[in-house]
Amino acid sequence: MKSMSKMLPGVIALAAATVLGLTGADVRAQDKTITLCWAAWDPANALVELSKDFTTKTGVKMKFEFVPWTSFADRMLNELNSKGKLCDLIIGDSQWIGGAAEQGQYVKLNEFFDKEGIKMTDFAPATVVGYAEWPKNTPNYWALPAMADAVGWTYRKDWFAKPELQAEFKKKYNRDLAPPTTWAQFKEVAEFFQGRMIDGKKVYGAYLFTERGSEGITMGVTNVLYPMGFKYEDPKKPYAMDGFVNSPDAVRGLEFYKALYKGSTPPGLTNAYMTEGLDAFKSGQVAMMMNWFAFFPGLYKDPNVGGDKIGFFVNPSDKAKGVQLGGQGISVVSYSPNRNEALQYIKWFANPEVQKKWQAIGGSSAAKAVLNDPAYPKSSPFAQPFLDSMDMVVDFWAEPSYAQLLLSMQKRVHDYVVADKGTAKEALDALVVDWKKVFKDDGKAK
Amino acid sequence: MRTGISTAHSVVEPSARTRWVAGAVVVAYALLTMIPLVWIILTGFKTPPDSISYPPKILFTPSPQGYCNLFTTRSRQTPEYIAALPPASDICDKVARDDNMVVAGRSNYIPRFVNSLIIAFGSTVLSVGIGVMAAYAFSRFDVPLKDDLLFFILSTRMMPPIAVAIPIYLMYRELGLSDTRLGMILLYSAVNVSLAVWLLKGFIDEIPREYEEAAMVDGYTRLQAFRKVVLPQATTGIVATSIFCLIFAWNEYAFAVLLTSGTAQTAPPFIPIIIGEGGQDWPAVAAGTTLFLIPILVFTVLLRRHLLRGITFGAVRK
Amino acid sequence: MHWWSTGRRSSRTTARPSDGQAQANHGMSSPAALVARAAQATPAGVAVRMRGLSDRAIAWLFVAPTMLLLLAINIFPLIWTIKLSFTNYRANRPNAAVVDVGIDNYVSVLTDPDIWLAMQATAHFLFWTILLQVLIGFALAYLIDRKFRGHGFWTTMILIPMMLSPAVVGNFWAFLYQPQTGLFNYAVSFLSGIPASSFEMIGSVKLAPWAIIIVDTWMWTPYVMLICLAGLRSIPDYIYEAAEVDRASKWRQFWSITLPMVLPFIMLAVLFRGIENFKMFDMVNLLTSGGPGSATELASITLKREAFEKWRTGYSSAFAIILFVAVFGLANIYVKALNHVKNR
Repeated sequence: MKSMSKMLPGVIALAAATVLGLTGADVRAQDKTITLCWAAWDPANALVELSKDFTTKTGVKMKFEFVPWTSFADRMLNELNSKGKLCDLIIGDSQWIGGAAEQGQYVKLNEFFDKEGIKMTDFAPATVVGYAEWPKNTPNYWALPAMADAVGWTYRKDWFAKPELQAEFKKKYNRDLAPPTTWAQFKEVAEFFQGRMIDGKKVYGAYLFTERGSEGITMGVTNVLYPMGFKYEDPKKPYAMDGFVNSPDAVRGLEFYKALYKGSTPPGLTNAYMTEGLDAFKSGQVAMMMNWFAFFPGLYKDPNVGGDKIGFFVNPSDKAKGVQLGGQGISVVSYSPNRNEALQYIKWFANPEVQKKWQAIGGSSAAKAVLNDPAYPKSSPFAQPFLDSMDMVVDFWAEPSYAQLLLSMQKRVHDYVVADKGTAKEALDALVVDWKKVFKDDGKAK
Repeated sequence: MRTGISTAHSVVEPSARTRWVAGAVVVAYALLTMIPLVWIILTGFKTPPDSISYPPKILFTPSPQGYCNLFTTRSRQTPEYIAALPPASDICDKVARDDNMVVAGRSNYIPRFVNSLIIAFGSTVLSVGIGVMAAYAFSRFDVPLKDDLLFFILSTRMMPPIAVAIPIYLMYRELGLSDTRLGMILLYSAVNVSLAVWLLKGFIDEIPREYEEAAMVDGYTRLQAFRKVVLPQATTGIVATSIFCLIFAWNEYAFAVLLTSGTAQTAPPFIPIIIGEGGQDWPAVAAGTTLFLIPILVFTVLLRRHLLRGITFGAVRK
Repeated sequence: MHWWSTGRRSSRTTARPSDGQAQANHGMSSPAALVARAAQATPAGVAVRMRGLSDRAIAWLFVAPTMLLLLAINIFPLIWTIKLSFTNYRANRPNAAVVDVGIDNYVSVLTDPDIWLAMQATAHFLFWTILLQVLIGFALAYLIDRKFRGHGFWTTMILIPMMLSPAVVGNFWAFLYQPQTGLFNYAVSFLSGIPASSFEMIGSVKLAPWAIIIVDTWMWTPYVMLICLAGLRSIPDYIYEAAEVDRASKWRQFWSITLPMVLPFIMLAVLFRGIENFKMFDMVNLLTSGGPGSATELASITLKREAFEKWRTGYSSAFAIILFVAVFGLANIYVKALNHVKNR
């Protein structure tokens, strides 16, 4: 005890000195390194490899900050809103464009593009509108399309090929067991596999997104809603949502998603998004899995379920076609102290040769040079479905208040689909009320 | 092992049988509550597929993959690429290559852990340091509005951290304290100082004034009496208070996740987002959790005698 | 006066013999001598002009850093929050025009059914965690107080869950609660025969609130146990001895001596745990994200979503103030009751 009291002033002094010294160490060393922030997933690891080329060509070193998807929006938006200097470049979600543009968080790239001869016509139109423009459909660019993505489906080709299953299916449904092209067909296939014993294990029909916290269940349910006729607003009258968001078609779509969830999915997936889906498919639990095309290269290479065992198909249609747009553009953060180096990275990335390498290494290029290449559709079994998807993509709101709109939909949909609250009509009606309030607060609607 | 309080029970000692039964129940409870923790520690030594096996594997082959994954970042490569590389440099490299991955660099775990050390210990020293001074003043002097101030100080702990974080976020943004260690140290100190003052006042109340008054009669100044008489006697209280302040700052999450990013982020926001190739890399998360527990465990076990006194003295003696 | 009521009047301002023992080892001139001299010492409160700084100056000097820190980090932001709560400010649009909306935000908060659901979820959580932790914690403390062999070691073992980060605990309990691959379902099915995949703790609307209660109880029962243990240890032995002399049964002793004397400690534990669990955020957020639906969306989780995901700063400031006033008011009433119990 006595020695402790003698030490105490010394300890305090030492600690104080340490604290003061270390807080001084917050000042960064001045060398040419820029930080790129993205989500932590397969394509990000591929980008690390690809970026070595940039360092070789320009001498600027790269550091990466990857955050898992479920905390990505939270963390990065927090960073942008607090004027953080962590990220020089950010590959942000397409929905952030509105807010980031209007709040001056992203650098407007028009001037830079003009100076360097980077043309937006070199990129697939859906990606330019989706990832780069704000306001939509105007030539104001805040990002370079970096990662073209949409929701797609994988299925166990080897199971579908089993002769006994084919025979049984044909007998029951009077058609061949094949990847579904409509949602009605999808339901039949999913129910067919639900609870079946395959190779000694019980398997389930399908895997659906149900995640509550960030965007999961919304990104899942829209793939049923769009084909069934859901629209965000009257095409003739912006922000008029009654009868479009909660139309009978939309109600039907929402009920359909719930029926699929309750009847054709594995148990315990009440809060599941991308990574749980990969786990479920790789461990042989499901016959069909919904996920982003970004993961398909990795799945195709998987030792357990890849190669011949895996097949891919486009999002089923109903009375219409539609699939949820994913993907991101790469932007320069306006608070970055390394703006020039960051812009250099964008210039390097926009080069068609780099885009081709990006595609080859596991990324998903949005450049026409890659997508329009005649060899592209044969380059992998998921290339054609991807091209087909990009022709019918629909995006969620990209308004500055997109987060409120998204969180509202997350709550209403999850409450109905997973927590069994109320009816589909009630959920969608409540959603319209929520959204009206947001737009009213924004001054965009009465 | 003694727990520090020397009250011996009376003539009325519990019978041997009572003691045996009591012991059995307590041991059973202790073992039951240990199971989740032991499971997590074990998970740190499993391979990722083993950690999510169905049904859960109780017997398994241990692997350093969890700890390796915690400290490194890796990328998947083709077997040909790996075959062309120079031989593996250390065990983590070798383990990664067995899985067709290549170590790409260090993960952020150690910097986060170091941040935790700096911020937690720094704020503990600060809050206990200024807390003991304020506690002494409240104890010995007639500070105006003393009781109200004391309750007010306690009430600062009643705000949910998220609520406090809203204005702090704005304030730090303006002052440039966002994502700085200094900012976090100040914040944690402010949260802890209320508890520190309250607890320490109780401890200091226990020390008879007569001791320092006698010392002052002997010629010490008030300050010297404080340093040489009161502080040594309050050591138990100071240590107990420090343990609580440290545990809070060490384990804090809400402020850390909202107010820090790359530079000042501590371990608690980092550990739950360690992702593997599919879902969470549970062995790495388990490894991170185990390592993070160790400093607190060591600290608390070494100073466990003070913990018991700290819980109640000062608090009850309002 | 009966023997069982004498214990309550023990004065708490003088050092008790057991404490004096601990202090006597600090190498000063014998306590007895000091106390003798102290008998003539001047009473506190009179400013003694000694060498060096005056007492008044020292009082100010000592209190100042704490008050400054609290002012800067607690008070000023609190005032700012109150100010914000009357506006429509949004932290993600710092350049937008800020409009004074009066008490609109407060009205919105108090009439929002989702907010009331969150308060309900919080109340359910509070009630059950406190009840379980007090029952189990007190029982544990009582058993430990029987002083079986090795009780020190096992007490330390029981304390370990308390030392973990609540966020990390929430995260790995999500792992333990997985229906197919987690330990919890497996253990339950092992012990009771219910198949592991037939129920899901964090996926079911009915069970998720209990899932969070179980985890919180697992973590914090040791805390309540410590407080009760200190309370039990503070009961002087002579009271029990007197009761033995009076031939009171063990049961009677428990009800009339033990329980009443530990009651202030139990109430203190309830106060601390209550305040902490009212603020609960990290453990639950990482365990269930407030789901499924909003079954476990506690007040703090709602607050975080409003403030840091929807960036409705003005609105969430009003909610924060309301929560603060609620806790403050309740704590005030409770502490008065606590003091009343202590001073019986």
